[in-house]
Amino acid sequence: MAGPEFEVPKMSEYTEVPKIKEGAMAHAKSFPAAEASQTSLGFPWKLTDDWHDRAINRMGELLVKYRGLRVFMDACVHCGACTDKCHYFLGTADPKNMPVARQDLMRKVYRRYFTLPGKIVPWLVGAEDLTKETLDDWYSYYHQCSECRRCSVYCPYGIDTAEITMAGREILNTVGMGQKYTSEIIAKVFKIGNNLGLPGPALEDTLLGLEEDIEADTGVAVKLPLDVKGAEILLVTPSADFFSEPHVESLIGYAKVLHAAGASWTFSSYASEAGNFGLFNGNYETMRKVAMRIRDAALELGVKRIIVGECGHAWRIAYAFWNTLTGLGYGGNDPFSIELQKQLDPRYKQPSHICEYTWDLIQRGVLKFDKSLNDDRVITFHDSCNVARGSRMGDEPGGQFTIPRNIIRAVANNFHDMAPETIGEATFCCGGGAGILTDDLMEVRVKGALPRMNAYNAVAQEKGVNFMALICAICKAQFTKVVPYYGFDMSQIGGVHQLVSTAIKLEQD
Amino acid sequence: MPMVEVAGKSFEVDEEGYLINLADWDEGIAAYLAKEEKVELTPNHWEVINFLREYYSEYQIAPAIRVLTKAIGKKLGPDKGSNKYLYELFPYGPAKQACKIAGLPKPTGCI
Repeated sequence: MAGPEFEVPKMSEYTEVPKIKEGAMAHAKSFPAAEASQTSLGFPWKLTDDWHDRAINRMGELLVKYRGLRVFMDACVHCGACTDKCHYFLGTADPKNMPVARQDLMRKVYRRYFTLPGKIVPWLVGAEDLTKETLDDWYSYYHQCSECRRCSVYCPYGIDTAEITMAGREILNTVGMGQKYTSEIIAKVFKIGNNLGLPGPALEDTLLGLEEDIEADTGVAVKLPLDVKGAEILLVTPSADFFSEPHVESLIGYAKVLHAAGASWTFSSYASEAGNFGLFNGNYETMRKVAMRIRDAALELGVKRIIVGECGHAWRIAYAFWNTLTGLGYGGNDPFSIELQKQLDPRYKQPSHICEYTWDLIQRGVLKFDKSLNDDRVITFHDSCNVARGSRMGDEPGGQFTIPRNIIRAVANNFHDMAPETIGEATFCCGGGAGILTDDLMEVRVKGALPRMNAYNAVAQEKGVNFMALICAICKAQFTKVVPYYGFDMSQIGGVHQLVSTAIKLEQD
Repeated sequence: MPMVEVAGKSFEVDEEGYLINLADWDEGIAAYLAKEEKVELTPNHWEVINFLREYYSEYQIAPAIRVLTKAIGKKLGPDKGSNKYLYELFPYGPAKQACKIAGLPKPTGCI
């Protein structure tokens, strides 16, 4: 698929702050969403005649509904701490990809219509009328932000750029400027139940095929159950796990772990997607509608426990939003929450991450491994942004960083971390998060991966690292596509449970 | 949406050149799309394309990569039943490039 030609950045020992190039990425335009999917989402699909007033009205509504947004609009003092923290700026050198500048595309409009000085003396306070050109800039640059929130870590005011990008995309959708990739995917979830549009019979056929593969490979009849009423555990995982390499290797890993633990578990064909692109386009109703499928499936199947597979933004939503969206989690004391809580087993974290589940079994000595089976791999771990900066695992602060690494060390002998300023809370995005993982943004994806590629290359050169383990479907898809641009083979990318799958010892039936 | 003309027949395609109507597909448009993708079609390519179309007509989705590799392994021999071999045939990835030539919608998601 011959995409537009562009220059792949050169890797260097450290990621240096580039000399700015005005307008370097102004041409990046994701394909617009078409009528069918936008209608399904309840948005117009071409620019409405009243776009100006609609946009300002929607901004006004969002400023009231999300009070954080107003604080973020007001609080910035242009200190510049965020400017060199964004992987898209570091990879593209376009100054509008500095988080502060990307935010200011909205802030200048906010000032003009929602602040007194901006209404009276706009020229003194950097306030500007909303024009079609500004909307075009929003469309371009709000699709060059992966909502990874690295800049927010360094902002002295804690301004969350992701919230601004989400508001920008929501306003764009409201006036008929949706993005094809996210719009089509959400429409597929509404219609079929997962991002891929994998219908129940295809899912069943795929799982049966995988059972055959695992048995042929190990001699053990590991099952991948679907829609089993009365199962104890509902496993919700990104649909890419059923479909793609290397994702499917982790899916097999989950099944082996659950088999070895003797668990009663099931997938759901109705809730066959952990991902939730409602987070990406910033629409609360969409996010809730997608998340409700998981609640409905849990009630329907009567499960006691819900576990989430390797998906970064899904885990953020599960960990931080499911309780208020779906009554699944802690703190709900209303009839809606209680209905689900009384069904779920209070002894377990609800929901749990598959890494928490596996690590618990490892600590209790339930799982046995032959670590030498991973000896051909020298492994590093890429912290996925939504897990790193938007969630937690286990009972200790930083559990989302230690637990996946503990699992890797338990199943493999060779592990080296990348440079500290590129992992943990400071992790660099893969470059494909939040709706950027589409072929029409390949240039943005390749360039945005530069800081991570520099850090990976450093451990590859110094420590012989040849495998980057991940717990996110988007990161897996992004890296397998992008690492060849930097001279690495796509087989160097895989899941944490792929490593578990390689080393786990299963007892013969 | 743009149109392409092949052997006197016109086809509607999307921004990336995927066929809009599955039923429009014929071997002529497949050859045209392959050329656009710089893929030279051999009988082994056709095995993949035909399997994709059969699977799609049954399940309304392209096969998962494991389903595809297994089916191709059965047809062409176990050494060909691998993701690596499929990438040799379709360098941009079997899911997207082979589907395009087979006239199927582009698989999208976290893939």
